[in-house]
Amino acid sequence: MIGKISALVGVLAVSVVAGVSLGPVSVPFGLTLELLHAAVTGGTIPADLAGQYHIVWDIRLPRVLLAAVVGAGLSAVGVAIQAMVRNALADPYVLGISSGASVGATAVATLGVLQGLGVYALSTGAFLTGLGATALVYLTARTGGGLTPLRLVLTGTALAYGFSAVAMLLVFQAPHGEAARSAMFWLLGSLGGANWQSLPVATVVTAAGIVYLMSKARQLNALAMGDETATTLGVAVNRFRTHLFVVTAGITGVLVAVSGAVGFVGLMLPHLTRMVVGADHRRVLPLAPLAGASFLVWVDVAARMLAAPEELPLGVITAAIGVPCFIFLMRRRAYVFGGR
Amino acid sequence: MRVEVDQVAIRGIVEDITLHADNEVVGIVGPNGSGKSTTLRCVYRALKPDAGAVLIDGENVHKRHDLARDLAALTQESQVEFDFTVSEVVEMGRLPHDRDPARDRRVVADALATVDVEHLAERSFLSLSGGERQRVLIARAIAQEPKVLVLDEPTNHLDIRHQLDVLSLARGLGVTVLTVLHDLNLAASFCDRLHVLDEGRLVAGGTPEEVLVPELIAKVFHVTAHVVTHPTTGVPQLLFDQEVTP
Repeated sequence: MIGKISALVGVLAVSVVAGVSLGPVSVPFGLTLELLHAAVTGGTIPADLAGQYHIVWDIRLPRVLLAAVVGAGLSAVGVAIQAMVRNALADPYVLGISSGASVGATAVATLGVLQGLGVYALSTGAFLTGLGATALVYLTARTGGGLTPLRLVLTGTALAYGFSAVAMLLVFQAPHGEAARSAMFWLLGSLGGANWQSLPVATVVTAAGIVYLMSKARQLNALAMGDETATTLGVAVNRFRTHLFVVTAGITGVLVAVSGAVGFVGLMLPHLTRMVVGADHRRVLPLAPLAGASFLVWVDVAARMLAAPEELPLGVITAAIGVPCFIFLMRRRAYVFGGR
Repeated sequence: MRVEVDQVAIRGIVEDITLHADNEVVGIVGPNGSGKSTTLRCVYRALKPDAGAVLIDGENVHKRHDLARDLAALTQESQVEFDFTVSEVVEMGRLPHDRDPARDRRVVADALATVDVEHLAERSFLSLSGGERQRVLIARAIAQEPKVLVLDEPTNHLDIRHQLDVLSLARGLGVTVLTVLHDLNLAASFCDRLHVLDEGRLVAGGTPEEVLVPELIAKVFHVTAHVVTHPTTGVPQLLFDQEVTP
């Protein structure tokens, strides 16, 4: 276990440096390391490297780090949500948060609401309607007996169709094509807006969320066995599920605000991790976020490089990798959670 | 440890259920839909009674936040999709207790040995046969170190050998056992006392000899039964006529 964690931390470190080094303007790997070292230790660099320093430190590093944070957060949330609703097809967006966020994002892009917030208008709009949508799902799914998994999934899915319809309507009513295009681009996920300012909130929320989930790994195991079993093992199931709902919605809301709705990461990485280490959340929860972080760093590298100087939406690339991966998974015996 | 079900009612399902078990094996029998599982679900807190209470050593189970340290249950829940290993499943029994890795490992190993599934420890739980799964779930309950064990039809889907196995195991633990059983002959063999539920109400209670009489069987189950005495154990056993009484 320690070995696997160290290996994945190593892979992530290499991925981050590689992610910073690679791009339309390539900075050699060694030079990247030198520049990063200088930046962190406060060393000096020759004046003729100022341009490359700017690319490495101001443009790429925050973006690569944000990719790692988003990948880690979505993977951890995916693990928790799949256990919380005991559904293999659940992902961080199953509770309607991404479709809800898309309403806010398209409203900002096409109707020009929240313009006073400048560059933060899109993420603020997305965050607010995303959380609004989740609250609506929560209130609709709630019954006297608490939140049951099936009701949560059905309510989330049903309301998501409604939110998507509103977002689509906004796109079609858009006065000019550019607004619709930027809304669509955001919906498919992009880290193009990453900068040092967008990093702290996302990092703190994601890290705190992952620590919380890791501390509840054994309770998640019990919950995965069924509500009644978890109850007999001393888990206060309704309260625990409500806490999980709030934590996962909080992380997802923040991540969607900074990166749009990046698909497949939160669905695939939990399954891939379980295939390697089994279903026990004490192993899945530390490993899935590390794997997801590296994964999204490379996806973002591909997004920047494949059609340079144009950028591809992250969702297009995760889907291109995720769909075949998923079909392979489904065809491989009767796949169950953690089937090895 | 003493479990008391005190005038428990769940609207429309069971009414005025009062029974207890105190360091003995107590069985609940009755036709399908008579409220057996509902009664048990009130005991292991999956349901909160509309009226009455379940007490454990005199204290309401809903006030006991650490109830899982004293009471373990095998429920009917069986739609597990997560592929845990056998030892991971058994380890879940340690969840209610304060963590103590060395002791947890020992208790889990002992539990696996008690139900004779050590050789399956690293196997996937989902790959096991019904009998093996039930044994593993009992091992989980043992790892919980309960003083009360609640079993909801623990012999379901098991062949006769494994039915006897599971009930002997439960009985051999020497704790209070409250179990729902379908098979009246197994109930007579393994329970110190039996309660009969019919349409949500208790209609009889007592030792197997007192309860399993043809009149009651006819009234509750609508079958004609003949009572014989088991040649070696001496407990009452039932033989049934083919015709169902109206």
